[in-house]
Amino acid sequence: MRRLARLAALALAPLLVAQADAPLLVPDASQREIEIAYSFTGADLLLFGAILYPDRRAAERPADIVVVVKGPSQSVLMREKQKVAGIWVNAEAMRYRSAPSFYAIASSRPVERIVDARTRAIYELGLDSLQLSPIGSEPQAVQDRFVRGLVEQRRRTGLFVEAPGAVEITDGVLYRARIAIPARVPVGRFTAETFLIRDGRVLAAAVREIEIRKSGFERFVAAAAQNHAVAYGVVAVLLSVAFGWGAGALWRRF
Amino acid sequence: MDLYLPIANLSVNALVIVALGFGVGWLSGMFGVGGGFLTTPLLIFYGIPPTVAAASAASQVTGASVSGVFAHARRKGVDYQMGGVMVAGGVVGSLVGAWLFEVLRARGLIDTVISILYVVMLGSVGGLMLRESLGAVRAGRRGEPVRAARRRHHPLVAALPLRWRFYRSGLYISPLAPLALGLVTGVLTMLLGVGGGFFMVPAMIYLLGMGTAVVVGTSLFQILFTTAAATMVHATTTRAVDIVLAVLLLIGSVAGAQLGTRFAARLKPEQLRLALALIVLAVAVRMALGLGWRPGELYSIEIG
Repeated sequence: MRRLARLAALALAPLLVAQADAPLLVPDASQREIEIAYSFTGADLLLFGAILYPDRRAAERPADIVVVVKGPSQSVLMREKQKVAGIWVNAEAMRYRSAPSFYAIASSRPVERIVDARTRAIYELGLDSLQLSPIGSEPQAVQDRFVRGLVEQRRRTGLFVEAPGAVEITDGVLYRARIAIPARVPVGRFTAETFLIRDGRVLAAAVREIEIRKSGFERFVAAAAQNHAVAYGVVAVLLSVAFGWGAGALWRRF
Repeated sequence: MDLYLPIANLSVNALVIVALGFGVGWLSGMFGVGGGFLTTPLLIFYGIPPTVAAASAASQVTGASVSGVFAHARRKGVDYQMGGVMVAGGVVGSLVGAWLFEVLRARGLIDTVISILYVVMLGSVGGLMLRESLGAVRAGRRGEPVRAARRRHHPLVAALPLRWRFYRSGLYISPLAPLALGLVTGVLTMLLGVGGGFFMVPAMIYLLGMGTAVVVGTSLFQILFTTAAATMVHATTTRAVDIVLAVLLLIGSVAGAQLGTRFAARLKPEQLRLALALIVLAVAVRMALGLGWRPGELYSIEIG
């Protein structure tokens, strides 16, 4: 719900800031759909677009572009290991209602230099500004520790990416950014948000949706495992018996 | 050669997995064990989620045991009656295991329990095997004949009520004993993705007092069905069986198993047991260190 409201706010943002001379963003992506097939090792997503200024001279004052790609949000349970009686076991846990399964931010300059912390928190710009809505009322210090843990873990697996300076702006009107999608990416509806920022103010924003899904055989297998569990199990067992028996039979021939 | 695993949701180097299967299969052919105790930790080490690793390793053990069962069956080395009782226990055990898996997972303790079980099981079995095989190797050097152990079942087994005659094993014991053994293996298969041969074979010899001629064949028979049952249970409860991963492991392991069997014929059995004991102990030590050392990743994320 919160997410929907945010999306609506983003979509309306150009209208809300619509003064006569407000610029407009026309974003596009190299791929509207990313299909995960057997050879999928990740994808390179090119996000590009044009900045339209009603007043030509406005383009001469440099502005910054920030591109954020987000995966579907998940409710996650974070566990923290602690040393108990000499061994490391999961001790404390924290639940978050909506953590993005994937988050990549690319910008023309480091985000901290483009906008202040408050604006970063409003638009969720940067890994330190994610709004994860924790469930429970732990003290702030504990919350921060867990959030840092989550971000670190996801960053290491390539699911959270920060790429300051990865957005290129040409002549103040064309921008492009390349974002690497790792093979571990979850499937679902992704959003690519583009922000035009000048003097610490968001002048324009635009959203594009990108669908990531399994295709062909991979989709078939994942669906079969989910919807026809018994048949899937039988096939797995038969396959292993056939392999074992076949190899034995083949081997005796030589 | 990169291949995407549809259930594990990540892409792996297919050749690495096939090579892993080959190595484990080679060892399993050589030592007559399923090799699940190596596959699961190695897969986890490679980055496959633990649940998917345990669920898919079980099917590799199924494949590895099939040709062994056929070979032993031709030599009349399978006690089907005994095996049947164990399989019945194994099926119940895998259901119990599935329940335990869920309970432990919900508390976030599954990884720790898996590691502790590995350390305890492999440590004790490996230690026993090491002592026994070192003794045999030394006796062999001195030229003494290796004394055959007295064949007797454990007093505990003899005390159980309701006796059956198991002709092929040459035993007159209560079916409750093999049933209980099967149950324990079923739980282990479900939790660890192992066939349980490393635990079953000594138990059959030292607890039940079965004749060595039928021990390996019967254990393989029981492993075949228990791992198949565990695969089914995983497919319907955790839904973590990755068929692509299983096929990759199978391709490697069935080829490896055949080569391993040939290779084993050239070695002395006590040397084989010594080598296996060392491998088993190495895995146990590695697992124990993993429990005590500060892990590189203090946080784990569970979705949903």
